[in-house]
Amino acid sequence: MIAAFALILVCQLFGEVVSELFDLPVPGPVIGLVLLFVGLLIKRYPPKVLTDAADNLLMHFSLLFVPAGVGVVTQIDRLKGDWLPIAAALIVSTLLTMVLTAFLMSKLLPKAKPGETLEDGQ
Amino acid sequence: MNEADITQLWVYLSAKPLTGLTITLVAYAIGFWLYQKSDRNPICNPVVIAIALIALLLKVTGTPYATYFEGAQFVHFLLGPATVALAVPLFRQTETLKRALPVIAFGVLFGSLVASASTVILAWALGASPETLASLAPKSVTTPVAMGIAENIGGVPALTAVCVIATGIVGATLGPMVMNMVRLKDWRARGFAMGVASHGIGTARAFQVNETAGAFSGLAMGLNTLATALTIPFLWHWIFG
Repeated sequence: MIAAFALILVCQLFGEVVSELFDLPVPGPVIGLVLLFVGLLIKRYPPKVLTDAADNLLMHFSLLFVPAGVGVVTQIDRLKGDWLPIAAALIVSTLLTMVLTAFLMSKLLPKAKPGETLEDGQ
Repeated sequence: MNEADITQLWVYLSAKPLTGLTITLVAYAIGFWLYQKSDRNPICNPVVIAIALIALLLKVTGTPYATYFEGAQFVHFLLGPATVALAVPLFRQTETLKRALPVIAFGVLFGSLVASASTVILAWALGASPETLASLAPKSVTTPVAMGIAENIGGVPALTAVCVIATGIVGATLGPMVMNMVRLKDWRARGFAMGVASHGIGTARAFQVNETAGAFSGLAMGLNTLATALTIPFLWHWIFG
């Protein structure tokens, strides 16, 4: 467990260093993600401790958003000034993106197997 | 114990990192409990409940956000490793990826561009300030990455964090309803779209509704994190100089 966690941190640290060193606009954790993904592709069968550590980290992924979200208290003035464009962008653009992407994918993906579509009355 | 004692005790406690950390976990536990009590109604989002409870507590006690964050940063810190850990669920989808790589890559790029372009155009048309525009642009990717992108293109990371979370909640609560309305029935397409448009919060919701939807949502979220981080900063600097 410790080794798995250390490996994840090493990937992130590597990402941060590369991002800083080459002045990349890509955040360090994303480079770390790519590094770990490539490592997994090479290894083929990842050790269970690693997948368990990752699953544990991601199980309550949404909890990790809370501290940053509470930051809303520092942004009240800006939100008051720009509330209409922010609210409109959040709601309209999110739903537009979702519907357009879902439409595109439902056309392009290979035909759905039984159980892969929503049945009526479900 | 009189009121002065209580105030003094709070001043002492609020300066301890333990307090901010404990409050975060307790508030989330309450949010999660209410969510389960409500029969997993997406309106009772545990993140929203936790944020509202903590914001209210800070307001009532007059505690500055920076003091709270002293403790909460330990939870916040885990966002980085959790982003790296997304490689594992992504790896589990290798077979799906191999089978339909061009379609998936196209879908992610398409979704990523629609998300940021529609956001920026709409907010600009409604008169948002340049900092607000830059803060909103990466709103469809997971918080730490969105905050990093916003910082790079001249946005306010704290505002981005709030917008990212709101985006996740809008997608998780209204998204399935809207997709039902337009009669989109393919779980793979639905999940994929939720992951692209509303990152981790959308993916958490997709997993609760349908296993296939969840897997595609996780895949799309991971790839969209990459696509957006790799395209938006370059496009932004190219378009706006």
